[in-house]
Amino acid sequence: MAEATVKKHGPDLSAAVKDALLSGLIALGLFGPLVGLRTEQNIRNELVVQGRWGLLASVIAVIIVGRFLLLTLVWPAMAARKERVTPAEAPSPVRQTLSRWFAPASLIFLFLYPAIVVSLLGFQGSLKWVDNFGIQILIYVMLGWGLNIVVGLAGLLDLGYVAFYAVGAYSYALLSTHFGFSFWILLPMAGIFAALWGIMLGFPVLRLRGDYLAIVTLAFGEIIRLVLINWRDLTNGSSGISSIPKITLFGIKFDASPTGFAKMMDLPVSSAYYKIFLYYLILLLALLTAFVTIRLRKLPVGRAWEALREDEIACRSLGINTTNTKLTAFALGAMFAGFAGSFFAARQGFVSPESFTFMESAIIVAIVVLGGMGSMVGVALAAVAMIGGTELLRELAFLKTIFGDNFNPDQFRMLIFGLAMVGIMIWKPRGFVSSRQPTIFLAEKKAIAGTLVKEGHG
Amino acid sequence: MTGQNGTPLLSVQGAKTYYGKIIALKGVDVDVHKGEIVTLIGANGAGKSTLMMTICGNPRAREGRIFFEGRDITEMPTHEIARLRIAQSPEGRRIFPRMTVLENLQMGAALDKLAHFDEDVERMFTLFPRLKERIGQRGGTLSGGEQQMLAIARALMARPKLLMLDEPSLGLAPLIVKQIFDVIGELNRTEGLTVFLVEQNAYHALKLAHRGYVLVNGVVTMSGTGKELLQKPEIRAAYLEGGAH
Repeated sequence: MAEATVKKHGPDLSAAVKDALLSGLIALGLFGPLVGLRTEQNIRNELVVQGRWGLLASVIAVIIVGRFLLLTLVWPAMAARKERVTPAEAPSPVRQTLSRWFAPASLIFLFLYPAIVVSLLGFQGSLKWVDNFGIQILIYVMLGWGLNIVVGLAGLLDLGYVAFYAVGAYSYALLSTHFGFSFWILLPMAGIFAALWGIMLGFPVLRLRGDYLAIVTLAFGEIIRLVLINWRDLTNGSSGISSIPKITLFGIKFDASPTGFAKMMDLPVSSAYYKIFLYYLILLLALLTAFVTIRLRKLPVGRAWEALREDEIACRSLGINTTNTKLTAFALGAMFAGFAGSFFAARQGFVSPESFTFMESAIIVAIVVLGGMGSMVGVALAAVAMIGGTELLRELAFLKTIFGDNFNPDQFRMLIFGLAMVGIMIWKPRGFVSSRQPTIFLAEKKAIAGTLVKEGHG
Repeated sequence: MTGQNGTPLLSVQGAKTYYGKIIALKGVDVDVHKGEIVTLIGANGAGKSTLMMTICGNPRAREGRIFFEGRDITEMPTHEIARLRIAQSPEGRRIFPRMTVLENLQMGAALDKLAHFDEDVERMFTLFPRLKERIGQRGGTLSGGEQQMLAIARALMARPKLLMLDEPSLGLAPLIVKQIFDVIGELNRTEGLTVFLVEQNAYHALKLAHRGYVLVNGVVTMSGTGKELLQKPEIRAAYLEGGAH
């Protein structure tokens, strides 16, 4: 194959076309028999050759176009970037305005989101978008922000975060089904329970650091899950707890009864109201998490968390009680997971240990790391990308027209995920938003790129 | 200046520290009086940093006692020792790399809940004008000398009764070392700041200090005023000949 000759001043188009066509030819030779032809046995055990020409054509087209784009756009751009000497480059003004307005703008969007979806798709059509995308993503945004306190700010790698989520979910599930307490009483209680568990776990293990802490928290997550499976009398084992009461709006139920929301408001009965109500509820809960985190970062305890992440020994020599500081971070992170858990239980109406596997913890940690440790906006973006991305893959059924009926995009979710994460870690090793906003200024604000800063030790 | 009468501010009495089974300090006695600069010199591995860390309670002395203002602090947790206003600038500086210069200083003032923060920050910027230029910059992006200045300034933000410095000259150009030592000397003269200085750079340290101790293999082998020690032939031979003057 022809060598890719990347010239300094613009790519050579005709050479690129030739090269791309040549690649296409090679691909035809390779994939023609492999992809284009398919043999099957019919009932009489005869081999029947089938042609899959559409699939073959699309594979080759992808290769030709991909090769062409690589030659004309990607490689020249990469070479140019390498050539450009980039000294400590301050963020450009465009970027600064973007980052300043991004958070408020997306907040407004989030508040208008159900209205937009309903006006576009009607109440029935909005269900999927509000529930699967909106609520689902916001739960993970909240979990990400909660874990961000522990991992991003205090620097304690917690691989068992889902345990606190489970504590919250089961607190609500058990107390509401057995005693009939309302969600509004149980929400704070679930948070407190989870925080207590956080302290109980934290107390013995917070002397550990780094990898050791990660392993112990991982084990803790598994212990909680196994207890939920095996303590059948209380938790009904792996079959879980079902018919968990729904959330009411100050006593107004969202059902078709005469006292239900729809009848009271004189609206046609629809399950969309409840979903929209849940959407705003989780949005507010997530924003509460964000608000508390942002406030705490400016208080002594928040500053101590960040200092702790940077250097524990220095913290101690400055008179900071590191044990208490870690415990507060752990308990607070656990509390928000508890809130999210009780919301989750109420929304699903069903909880089982299935929902609290290590995979969940891993996804939440991935969201925090991918977003850029400690950055609120970054974590939210990562949650949208990870959870929204997974949900979007379910929508790829149209690919069946290309790849045949046996193609199931769901099966490729984890593969695509893995590739995407590897890619992000190569190009943005510090996450989506790597700059850290200082909490105190004398002069004007100045964001400094995270790439300028080397890791702390200790 | 060196009020040697009365109880010393800091008194280490027969401290023995072990790392596992290995003994690092074999019964060390050191006194630091109020208003003094006391230096501890010695070669690599003599136990200088261990002594300083033992005073801070990490690792703890297995035998012997450590008193601060007459109070036994041997068994106290590190952060509580720091709250007695023993400020430490640890070896390797250990500033917070992702936090800005100002935030680093803020951490130093955490004990007083920032009661006199603005005033103290101004004072630090007078002492170290270089830090003022770097005020919004991340600690990790500072040069070695600036990081050392920041580490000392951060320790001073706690308004310490005793400032302990572990090898402030480590890895710094002679000119910067001189600047830093000048600031320490000035703080001692004008404000009566008590300083316990652990150094390899024996010449500068002994010139600055009122008194000095020489630590060899976990034992104090010599002590005296800075001038006396500078004159001793053994010291000249072991620590000064060929060293940076």
